[in-house]
Amino acid sequence: MRSDLTLIHGWVPEGAHVLDLACGDGTLLHALARDKGVSGYGLEIDPDGITSCVEKGVNVIEQNLDDGLANFEDDACDLVIMTQALQALRRPDLMLDEMMRVARECIITFPNFAYWRHRVHLGLRGYMPVSKSLPHAWYDTPNIHLSTFNDFEALCRDKGLTIIDRAVGIKDHEGRRLSRLWPNLFGEIAIFRVTRND
Amino acid sequence: MPEPTRDSVGLVTPQMAHFDDPLPLVCGKTLTTYDLVYETYGTLNEDRSNAVLICHALSGHHHAAGYHDDSDRKPGWWDAHIGPGKSIDTDRFFVISLNNLGGCHGSTGPSSINPETGQRWGPDFPMVTVCDWVDSQARLADRLGITRFAAVVGGSLGGMQVLQWSLAYPERIANAVVIAATPKLSAQNIAFNEVARQAIRSDPDFHDGHYADHDTLPRRGLKLARMVGHITYLSEDAMGSKFGRDLRSDDLNFGFDVEFQVESYLRYQGDAFSTSFDANTYLLMTKALDYFDPAAPHQGELAKALAPAQCPFLVVSFTTDWRFPPSRSKELVNALIRAGKSVSFANIDSPHGHDAFLMPEPRYQAVFAGFMQRVANDLGLTSRQENDHAL
Repeated sequence: MRSDLTLIHGWVPEGAHVLDLACGDGTLLHALARDKGVSGYGLEIDPDGITSCVEKGVNVIEQNLDDGLANFEDDACDLVIMTQALQALRRPDLMLDEMMRVARECIITFPNFAYWRHRVHLGLRGYMPVSKSLPHAWYDTPNIHLSTFNDFEALCRDKGLTIIDRAVGIKDHEGRRLSRLWPNLFGEIAIFRVTRND
Repeated sequence: MPEPTRDSVGLVTPQMAHFDDPLPLVCGKTLTTYDLVYETYGTLNEDRSNAVLICHALSGHHHAAGYHDDSDRKPGWWDAHIGPGKSIDTDRFFVISLNNLGGCHGSTGPSSINPETGQRWGPDFPMVTVCDWVDSQARLADRLGITRFAAVVGGSLGGMQVLQWSLAYPERIANAVVIAATPKLSAQNIAFNEVARQAIRSDPDFHDGHYADHDTLPRRGLKLARMVGHITYLSEDAMGSKFGRDLRSDDLNFGFDVEFQVESYLRYQGDAFSTSFDANTYLLMTKALDYFDPAAPHQGELAKALAPAQCPFLVVSFTTDWRFPPSRSKELVNALIRAGKSVSFANIDSPHGHDAFLMPEPRYQAVFAGFMQRVANDLGLTSRQENDHAL
């Protein structure tokens, strides 16, 4: 399982009702159902991902996240998870509102644009960053709203959301200690666990 | 019959089940005795856990797969999806496909003899509904010793029967596959059905449904009904790419004979149907479509109506289906979500309109087969081939 998914797996409480946005091939939901009795739905638009979910017995709904979550009632779930999709949405801020409406607590992961390798690409070499977490060229990337640890924290502050946990996902193992100290510089993937205050 | 292939169920023989226990119908009447014609494919396993029920659509019947005899040019109507190694894998599942009550392919219907009068039922055959069909299917299951289906599967009107199964017999259905269906007809759907019915009923040869007593058939009415229906089964694009504005001859002839290819196609389809399908059955089946609305007793709240359902659902729609468009499937999916049920939904990109549910399409097959594979795995069903390898 991807490193960010392993971390999230640990955070999800037993028996939770979960909505997984951009659930891919259903790996996380499948593991959560097996290990923790978690129920819920995944949303996905990739045909192969949907087929893989169906094969695994993971509930998957073909639904574009940019269309919102109107088909889920307020507090329909205990937890909404969105891994590596925030940066590809048309309006990440509105999606965050939707997520916090459907559940009290959300887990969100995205590539940290302020990661040092990205800074080197842009700051020193003068090219748009290309890395393991951002593998596309500037002209064909689905990632249209890139942000950083600091940016996301500011957005949560503006929306009055509380950050319960913050972690760093690293694809290669170098700099694990550094990333804990300076996540915005050394963290390749940002992982947030947020809750609303009501 | 074309050369036998490894993925065909091959030659099949319909069977008949006769029932003497009266079946009370939603309309208030009772069928005292009735017959159901059905086919089976594959082998029922020892603990009778691998049965799959196929529910047919408006003009469908029991012959879903394989061939009746060597001279058949075409296989059953869902042969693309039923057979060894296909989505509904007959190496794993025991498949039952029947002709519904009121039908005209062997089950008791308007062309059968009413035992109380000794006369043909004709237009006096009681109005049967989706609920009645499902009740009669449950009795057929009893007869075959099947207490619980591994899956009940259907497209279009067949999908409505699947939905009804999940509500009326939740303990008898382990999985539900609802394809290109809707939880209820829209005003536009009913309007098209009414045009079809009026076409039939206004044919002078209809004789208020007693056409058989006059040794005739309301061919023109049934032909028109089918032509209208057929337009709604195809997408605008499919019709456009198939026929465009192509003419049958080089020049316009400024008359009302067939000029455009699409006219020729519709007339051909209508003519073929008008002698092979019973008009009274067509009227009944369209009414069954119109009446289906499980949410009605719950103030229109579908999520409440779905409360009894226990099984996981697979709901499939097709992008260019405008008879029961993806939005109607989503209506069902969203109600299932609100009701907290297990459901997966795939909207398949296909140019073929409503008819897409009958056809093979790689993504459709992958999702359908993937779901059925999971059903088989959950039940511990192995394929006959795997068993052969083990031996």
